[in-house]
Amino acid sequence: MSTPMNNVGRPTRLVSGTGAAVETFTGNRALMLEEPLLFERGAADGCGVDLAPIPPVPDRLGGLARNAAIGLPGFSEPEAVRHYTRLSRQNYAIDLGIFPLGSCTMKHNPRLNEKMARLPGFADIHPLQPQATVQGALELIDVLADWLMKLTGMPAVAMSPKAGAHGELCGMLAIRAALDARGDERRVVLVPESAHGTNPATAAFCGFTVENIPANDRGRVDLDAMLARLGPDVAAVMITNPNTCGLFEPDLKRISDAVHAAGGYVYCDGANFNAIVGKVRPGDLGVDAMHINLHKTFSTPHGGGGPGSGPVVLSAALAPFAPIPFVRRTAKGLELVEEDTAGTHAADSFGRMVAFHGQMGMFVRALAYMMSHGADGLRQVAEDAVLNANYVLASLKDLYTAPFASSGPCMHEALFSDDFLEDTGLSTLDVAKAMIDEGFHPMTVYFPLVVHGAMLVEPTETESKANLDQLIGAMRHIAEAMLADPDAWRAAPHFAPRRRLDETQAARKPVLGWKDEAAA
Amino acid sequence: MRYLPLSTTDRQAMLATIGAPDIEALFADVPAEARLAGPIAGLPHHASEMAVERALMKMAAKNTTASTAPFFVGCGAYKHHVPATVDMVIQRGEFLTAYTPYQPEIAQGTLQVLFEFQTQVARLTGMEVANASMYDGSTAMTEAVFMARRITRRAKCLVSAGVHPHYTSVLKTLTRFTGDIVEAATPVLTPGAPGHDLDALIAAIDADTSCVVVQNPNLFGHIADLTPLAEACHKAGALLIVVVTEVVSLGAVKSPGEMGADIVVGEGQSLGAGLLFGGPYLGLFACREKHVRQMPGRLCGETVDASGKRGFVLTLSTREQHIRREKATSNICTNSGLIALAFSVHLTLLGEKGLRHLAALNHARAVQLAERLGRVPGVTLLNGPFFNEFTLELGREARPVVRALADKGVLGGVSLGRLWPGEKGLASGMIVAVTETATDEDFDAFEDALDEVMG
Repeated sequence: MSTPMNNVGRPTRLVSGTGAAVETFTGNRALMLEEPLLFERGAADGCGVDLAPIPPVPDRLGGLARNAAIGLPGFSEPEAVRHYTRLSRQNYAIDLGIFPLGSCTMKHNPRLNEKMARLPGFADIHPLQPQATVQGALELIDVLADWLMKLTGMPAVAMSPKAGAHGELCGMLAIRAALDARGDERRVVLVPESAHGTNPATAAFCGFTVENIPANDRGRVDLDAMLARLGPDVAAVMITNPNTCGLFEPDLKRISDAVHAAGGYVYCDGANFNAIVGKVRPGDLGVDAMHINLHKTFSTPHGGGGPGSGPVVLSAALAPFAPIPFVRRTAKGLELVEEDTAGTHAADSFGRMVAFHGQMGMFVRALAYMMSHGADGLRQVAEDAVLNANYVLASLKDLYTAPFASSGPCMHEALFSDDFLEDTGLSTLDVAKAMIDEGFHPMTVYFPLVVHGAMLVEPTETESKANLDQLIGAMRHIAEAMLADPDAWRAAPHFAPRRRLDETQAARKPVLGWKDEAAA
Repeated sequence: MRYLPLSTTDRQAMLATIGAPDIEALFADVPAEARLAGPIAGLPHHASEMAVERALMKMAAKNTTASTAPFFVGCGAYKHHVPATVDMVIQRGEFLTAYTPYQPEIAQGTLQVLFEFQTQVARLTGMEVANASMYDGSTAMTEAVFMARRITRRAKCLVSAGVHPHYTSVLKTLTRFTGDIVEAATPVLTPGAPGHDLDALIAAIDADTSCVVVQNPNLFGHIADLTPLAEACHKAGALLIVVVTEVVSLGAVKSPGEMGADIVVGEGQSLGAGLLFGGPYLGLFACREKHVRQMPGRLCGETVDASGKRGFVLTLSTREQHIRREKATSNICTNSGLIALAFSVHLTLLGEKGLRHLAALNHARAVQLAERLGRVPGVTLLNGPFFNEFTLELGREARPVVRALADKGVLGGVSLGRLWPGEKGLASGMIVAVTETATDEDFDAFEDALDEVMG
C-alpha cells in the first residue's frame, strides 16, 4: 500500500493504535521543556552585554579590590532569552486562565498599566532629584491620593508603605503614636480568629499584645464577645471587612462606635476592598485606618510574589501621625515633605517607613486602572466580583460543604470546607491538586483557619460567565468523581511540570542555593 | 468597560441561578445607611485607553528624566543601563501575572528563578544563603537588626554614621516600640574618609551590643576594610551587619562576606529595576547558613517530586506570619518577586565577566570625574578610596548649588543638606555618583555648570 499524500503532496499518516509513551532522550515532552539551572549551563565568561572599554586610570579602591572568583555564570542574550522563556512556561498565570485564590484578588492586569508605568517621565526619574524637576510625579501621587481618599471616605492617606503588611504596620504605628501622644498606655489589640496572619504579626511589632475574638456560627465576629472585651486596656481592634470568610461584617459600625467610646481605634484590613469599592466607603463605618492593596483591588500585577503597594487611609484622629515623606499642595506647586520640613508641617509624624517615597511604579499602574474604570466602573467592579462569587457558591453548594451559605449571600469570595469528603480519605489538598490537572490554579486552601479544610474561591470580576461555567463544571466533576472512587485521586497532579513535591524534605534539610559538585 | 466580560444577559442569568432578584440583594449584609446610591461624587467616570494615556503622558512630561540630562544623582539609587532583554522577560505574563508560588507544581518557573536569584545574591555578597527578597534596602536593614536581636538576645544596635540617613531613619521608626536600642552618630566629613567611624564603633561595642550596622561603600562613597570591625564584633558576641546600596560595587570591591559580615543586606535596584522615583525596588538579604532559621521573608529550597525529579518549593515557612502569627520573624508577606527576577536576568546577562567589567568601568569613570571636579575652584574632593560615588566639599551651602545646577539642565548630585537638614557641619557637602551611562559630554557639561555656579 502506498503512503497517503496530503493536499500539498507530502506524505502523511495518522497514528493507529495506542503506542506506549516513551522516555525521551532529553527528558522534554514536546512543548514541555526541561530547563537546567543557570549554574549548570552558564559559563564563567558567558556574557550578554557589550560595554565600553575601561579607561586606563589608576584605581582608587584602597587595596580592597575583589580578586577571588565570585561564581556568577553568564549567558549570551539568546541563551538568556531561551532560559527565562522556558522557565516562564512552567508557571500558571492569570494570563493563562482563572486564578481564584481567595483573599488575593487575582484579576486581569491591564496592559495599559504596564505601558504607562514605563513612560520615561515616571520610570526614569530619581527619588532625590530636585523637586522642581519631578512636579509631574508628585502630581500623580497627589491625584492617586485624592482617588483613594474619595473611594474610602477618609480624610488622609499615607502613600509610602510597600505592601499590605507594611501598610498594616503603618496604620498600627499611627495608632501607637496617637496613644503615646496622649500618654495612654493601653496595649491590647483584639483580632478576630479568622484574621490574616499578618495582623497579629504586625500588632506584635508595634509592642501590642494580641487577643483573639471568636467568630459566631454565621462566620462573623462574635459581637457580644467583642463588646464584652472592650475596655481601658484595649488599644485597637483589627478587623477585616469583608472578612476572610468572604462575608460582610454587618456590625462593623456598631463595633467602631463601641471601640471609640472605649477610647480605642479601629484598624480595618482592606485586603478585600475589591468587594465593596464604589459601593461602601469604609470611612462611613467608623474605620480609623485601612490599608489598600493596590496589587489586589487596583490591578497592579502580583509578579510571582510582589512588588505590592499598600497605601493607608487614615481618619482625622490619626492623620497627624502619618509617616513622612508625603506630598503637600503649596502656592508654588507640589512639595514633598521630607525630614527637613517635617518638623514644621508634621511634628507628630511617627517617622519614615521606607528609604524613598513608596511604590511609584505601582502608583502609575493603579491610577491608570482607576481612571479607566472611573467611579462608575469601579462600582461595577464590586458588583461583578460579588455576582461571580455568589454564582460559584450557588452552583457548588449542593456538592461542596458551604458552611455559611445558609446565612445569606457571600461577598467577593465563596468559602467551602472539605467536610463533604469525610470518609473518603481525601481532603482539600487533593481537590486543589486535581484542579491543577483540569487547567485551573487552585483556590486558597486551608485559610481561613476557622473552617476545616477551607477552600476559598475568589473569581474576581474579570472572569466571564463561560470561564466560571467551566470552573464550576470541573469542580463538580472532581467532587463527584472523588466521592465515587476516592482511590483514583490521591496522586494528582499528573499533567503538571512536576508531580507533588516533597515539602517535608525541603524543610528538614534545606538546600537554598546551588552548590558546585566539587565544593559539595 | 473593557476589563469587565459580563454582559447584561449574563448578569441576569447568574442572578437567576443564585435566586436573587437584583444585585443589591447580594449586598444585603451592608447596612442600608452605609450603601451608596450611585457612583462616588467628585471622581470622573470611565475613560478610554487613549484618554487615560493622554492624561498620564501630560503628567509624565512635566518631569526631567535621567536620560535627558547630564545625570549624577545616587545616594541609594543608581542609574544603570538595563538590557532590553530584562524588560522582555519580566513582561512575560507567566511571570508578571503569577502569584506567590503557593502551588509549586505549577510555579516551577518562578521558583527556579528564586533559587537562582538566592544563589546569585549569596555569591555576590560573599555569604552562604540569601532569601527571596524584601521590599527595599532600608526595610531589609531593619529586619537584619531584628534578626540580630533574636540571635544574640541583646537589644543594642550601633549604626555607623556612614549609613544612608533614610535607612537609619526607617530603623528608628520601626524600632520605636520593639525595645531595640539604636545608637547612631552624626557623620563627620573627615578628609580622606568622609563618614568613616569604624574606630569609634569598635570602641563602643560592649556586652549589650547585638549588632553593628555599617554601609560599604558608605553614603559618602568611602570604602573601608571591615575586617577589624568584624573581629571586634565577634569577640564581643555581636553580629556585623553590612549594608550595600550599590550592588555593582560588589564586582570590584571585596565582598562583605570576605570581610567577616554575619548578615548582608542591600538595595538591588542597580541591576534590573531602573530608577522608578524610588520604587518598587529590591531588598537583598543574605546571611550565614547557621542563622537561616532566624531569617525573615520567603525562602525557596530544592526538593524532589513524587517521581523523583528535582523541583523547588517555598520552605521553612514555620518562621512566617501565616503560620507563626504574632511570633513570626517578620510580618512580611508580599515582597519584590518581579524585581528579583529583573535583577537575576540582568546579572545573568552580565555574568561574572560582565559584572567585573561594569564595575571597573563605573570606578574608572568616577575616578576621572572626581579628579576633574576636584580641580574646579572652590571645590574639594573629600574621598580617599571610593567606588563610583564621592563627596565634594563646596565651601558654601550645597542645596542651592544643586538647584542652580538643575536650572542649568544638570542633575548634579545630592546635597547633604537635603539628607541632614539643620546639620550645619554637613551643609556644604554634595555627593556625586558616576555610572557607565555618563558620557564625556555629560562630564563637560557638569564641570562647566559647576564652575559657573561656584564662580
